[in-house]
This record gives sequence, structure tokens and C-alpha cells, in this order.
Amino acid sequence: MNSFKIIFDRDTWQEIFGSIQKNKVRTIITVIGVLWGIFIYIALSGSAKGLDNGFERQFQNIAMNSMFVWAKSTSIPYDGFKTGRNPQLKLNDAVTLRNNIPEIEFIAPRNARGIFDGSSGSQIVRGSKSGTYNIYGDFPEYTKIATKKIFTPGRFINQSDINLARKVCVIGERTQKELFEKGEDPVGKFVRIDDIYFQVIGVHKYIEGGGFESDGDIFIPFATFRKLYNTGENVEWFTIAAFDDADVVQVEKDVKQTLKRIHRVDPKDERAFGSFNLGEVFNRIMGFAEGMTFLSLVVGIATIIAGVIGIGNILLISVKERTKELGVRRALGATPSEVRMQIILESVFLTVLAGIFGIILGAFVLAGINAGTASLEDFPYTNPTVPIPFVLGALAIMVTLGTIIGLIPAQRAVSIKPIDALREE
Amino acid sequence: MIQIKDLHKSYKMGSSSLHVLKGINLTVEEGELVAIMGSSGSGKSTLLNIIGMLDLLDEGSYELDNVLIKDLDETKAAKYRNKFLGFIFQSFNLINYKTAVENVSLPLYYQGMKRAERQEKALKYLTSVGLLDWATHLPSELSGGQKQRVAIARAMASEPKLLLADEPTGAIDTQTSNEVMDLIQKINQEGKTILVITHEEDIAQMCKRIIRLKDGVIVEDTKVNQVLATQYV
Repeated sequence: MNSFKIIFDRDTWQEIFGSIQKNKVRTIITVIGVLWGIFIYIALSGSAKGLDNGFERQFQNIAMNSMFVWAKSTSIPYDGFKTGRNPQLKLNDAVTLRNNIPEIEFIAPRNARGIFDGSSGSQIVRGSKSGTYNIYGDFPEYTKIATKKIFTPGRFINQSDINLARKVCVIGERTQKELFEKGEDPVGKFVRIDDIYFQVIGVHKYIEGGGFESDGDIFIPFATFRKLYNTGENVEWFTIAAFDDADVVQVEKDVKQTLKRIHRVDPKDERAFGSFNLGEVFNRIMGFAEGMTFLSLVVGIATIIAGVIGIGNILLISVKERTKELGVRRALGATPSEVRMQIILESVFLTVLAGIFGIILGAFVLAGINAGTASLEDFPYTNPTVPIPFVLGALAIMVTLGTIIGLIPAQRAVSIKPIDALREE
Repeated sequence: MIQIKDLHKSYKMGSSSLHVLKGINLTVEEGELVAIMGSSGSGKSTLLNIIGMLDLLDEGSYELDNVLIKDLDETKAAKYRNKFLGFIFQSFNLINYKTAVENVSLPLYYQGMKRAERQEKALKYLTSVGLLDWATHLPSELSGGQKQRVAIARAMASEPKLLLADEPTGAIDTQTSNEVMDLIQKINQEGKTILVITHEEDIAQMCKRIIRLKDGVIVEDTKVNQVLATQYV
């Protein structure tokens, strides 16, 4: 009989079930060892994946490889200028940056009132209600970098708003609550921003974790902002998104170097322009999540190995207990390879059985954790899953280890001579 | 059936060696019922183990059914045992988590016989030892005599050329012993060659030939008038 035939033979399995059923307590204890291992593995790697997903969700409203760049003041005299000069970003810089750095996918110049200019924002009035909110001058590209969810009906600023310098605005949820009646649709209504009437074209949904933005932000077309506040070509900061495959750290360096050249700043002057690289931060967090995944893999697999070794241990004892039975089988014509195969298959069967139960249990626990944390918006934990290759990989490891571990008791079983096994005690 | 010439066997016990069989010459014809007797240490179990291919000989030759048995590795020995030999042990050696019929069909399983065929054959032999009604019982639910009868059915199931019984009545009472010997005699009458190891004189007298071993040599080899066990049953 070759080994293939043995594996698919119903009688082989009958023999294995017979000997497994013989000692139920032993079987259960053995199974629990591996079950625990695979359960830890599934629960840990699922949780790591959940954390990973959670972080990704936290960043979902902003391009993961984006950065902000703004002007500060020079610290090195250069080209005849003394130190302490404040370079001013200009709208044209965006064109130059785009032309010089092919890795840039989107670039959105922005201006704002109430954030960096020292003012507390602008006065917005509607009828008898009023409030002070931050005002942003924006290009439609901005939504390509930082997703803005706009409630329907409604829209964000588009290109013709820019071209025509329309007096339209997108308001926040809080603004809507404070300036409009409950149930009133603000779209199409008018509000006064610094005494100029603007028509509301949309309400944006506020998503937490987006930096300095808030639920009271008001977005108006960049061209309108510039007229309203007389900012001319000036830009307060650029929001830049690089292509997915670009090296964000390098892009950040390139952007700064290009700006230094435009604004005649010493190339070595590190203080002239400030920047915040979200991509770098994101990469670091994702690196942490990856580390967690790796750790969970190592711990999980180590636990599985411990469990499988437990199976080997118990089978070794059971082989000793069954010395006589195996001797009888040998006397009745079982070849050493048949005995060996039986012990190995017992080991593999127990391992896989335990593994499958462990996977099911782990999946239940993950589903439970998911249900428990689904309502927690701030908790970075979403949809914990274990990738199929991980599960299959774990099963493969278990079968392999089960076979290897089974070899030891199998060899022990074969090494017992039938004559010794049958000798009367 | 059996031809043994000048058989020697010794066991290594640490630095010294124990010479157990010192030149055995033995011929057993087909259909014989031979009792091998001897006190403990006489070498009777060693002889049976060599005949049963559970142990290897050191010197001499052993032919079973005109096949020279030598250079046996474990796999080959297992095949030969399965094909040629049926074992009956003193302590029955039934597998305790298998039912009577499963025990009987075990050697057939190792022959690679199909399931249904195996079942049928096992039931046939269980019937022949009068235990058909007990087919689905576990050994723990059987009496000593019943267990030995199941063991005999198991030894018979593979239709061996030779039955080897090592103290078949050693663990059962006299009445049951007679029943078991009756069964063995009946099997012998059907033509099967049987070797029985015993140290009980009355069991030996139920065989057709008695071989006495002492200190590793045959000291007596006599044909006897068989005492039929039926009269005691």
C-alpha cells in the first residue's frame, strides 16, 4: 500500500478514529493545546489587521501622501538680502512647483482667515443670527487631497466658481445649526460674510482627525477670497499630494528647494519654509501597524508550535501506553510503515481538527470585538480580518508541524519490536 | 510444513551472552498438532518467536512451507506473518476498543482486503467459534474463554498455514481450557497445522505429538494418543 492510498482509505480513518476515541480526555486536552495556539494566532493577527484598518480609517479624509508647505522667515543672508525676511508664497509658485516636480499629483494653494493670520475669523451673519467662523479660500483641487463630504443636495467649489469669482460658500454642520432653523435647507440661501452676501452651495460633513479644520469652517472660491480680503497673488500655504508611488520625503525636499530658488532663499536655509508631511507621519503609523502584524504573526506561530509540540508529547506517551496494541498489530501483519503512517495521521488529524476549531473560535471572538468597538469612532479599530493566505499558511504550518512532530512517536512505535511488545508483564 | 536445522539463538545480556537454543532440529508435517513443553527458561518461547518470525535466528536454517525464512526485515516479516501465521496469545491480546468482529477482521485489513469482504469473513469465523451473537461486543464485555475464542477466530481469519498458540489456556480456568482445546482440536482435524506451547501436562496430552525442551535442546519428541477434549466439555 502506498501512502496516498492509505490517506484516502476509509479504513485508515476508521483505525484513527478508533484510537482517538479510545481516550477522549487525552484527545480533548491535546486538541485544546493547538486550539489555543491557533486561536491566539487568529485573534492577534485579526486585531492587528483591525488596528491597521482603524488607522487607515482615521486618515481616510486626507490623501495619505500629502503635505502642507508654508513660508516662515529666513535665517541666512542670501543674494543681498539680510536675515529675517519673510518670503511670500505666490499663486504662480504652484505652477512652477508642478512644472518642476513631476511627482506632484495635486497642488492646492489655500488662504484662510482665522487660522494663521491672528484674527479670530470672520463675522457671518444671517438675519438676526451671527457667528464667527474660519474662512478658507480654496480651489476645487483641494477636495482631491482632503476629501470633503458634502451633504446632498449641495456641492463643493468648482472651476467656474473660480473663473467667475462667484460669491458662493460651503458651510459646516455647526454653522448650519447656528445660523439656520432646524430642518431648513441652507443650500441656495444667503449669508453675509464680512458684509458681503454669499450664496450657500453646500454643507460639508465634518470628519474628525483632519488637523486644524473644524465643523464651523466655511469654504469660498480662492478668487473670491482674494477679492474680499485683498490678498492679491499671495498664498498662505500649499496643500500638496504626491502620486501614490512617490517618495513623500523626497517630494517634500524638492518642493522646499524649488520654493527657495523662486524666493531667492539660501538653499541651506532650513527655516525659511515650514512643512508638515502627513505622508511621513502616516508611514510611521503604518509601520507601527505592520510591526504589530509581524509581532502577532510571530507570537501566534510560536503558540501554534508550542501546541503542536504538546500533541507530539501526548502521542509519545500514548504510544508507550499502546505498546502492546501496536505489537499485536505488528504480529497480525502490520508493516512498520503502516504503523508509522497511522501515528502520523493521528497527529495531523488532531492538529488540523484543533486548528479548524481554533479558527472558528478566533473568528467568533474577532466578530465580537468588532461588534463591541463598532460604535467607538475614535478607537482606531475597524473590521478585524485575517487574510486568507494567513489562515491557509497557518493550516499549512500545522500540517507540516503535525507531521514532523508525529514522526517522533511514530518512530518510537516502530522501534518497539513486536516480541518485546507482546512479552508478558 | 516446518523444517528447522541446527538452530542456535543467544541473547546478549550486557557483557555476557545467554545461549538459549543450542542446536534444535525439528520437522513438523502438515496437519500435525504439536505441544512444545518445557520449564521456564527452557527456550520454548524463543523457539516459538523464531517460528513466528517475531525474532531472528543466529545460526541454522528455518523453512516454512518450503520457503526459506531468512534475511527478514520488519516489512517482509510483517507480510510473512500476515500470510503464513496465526497467533494465539495467553493474554488474548485483543484490541480493547474494537468489537469482536473488528478484532477478527484486523489481519484481513492488513492484507488489504475490501471492507465488505472482510466483514463477511470475520463473521464467518466468529460463527465457527460460536460467537456470532457477540460480534458487536467489546472484549471487556466477554469472558476469558470468549476472548480466547475471538482470538482464535482472529488467528484463523487470515487463513494461515500455521497456528501458533503461546499458552492458550494459561489465563483461563480448566473448564474453559477444555472448551478452547476442543476448538483447537477441531481446527486441527480440519487439517490445520498447530503448535501449542504449554507447561500443563493435560493440555499437552490433548495434542498429537509432544516435544520437550530443556536448557535449549530437545530432550524428548514423542507421538501420543490424543486425548479428546470433547469428553470433558
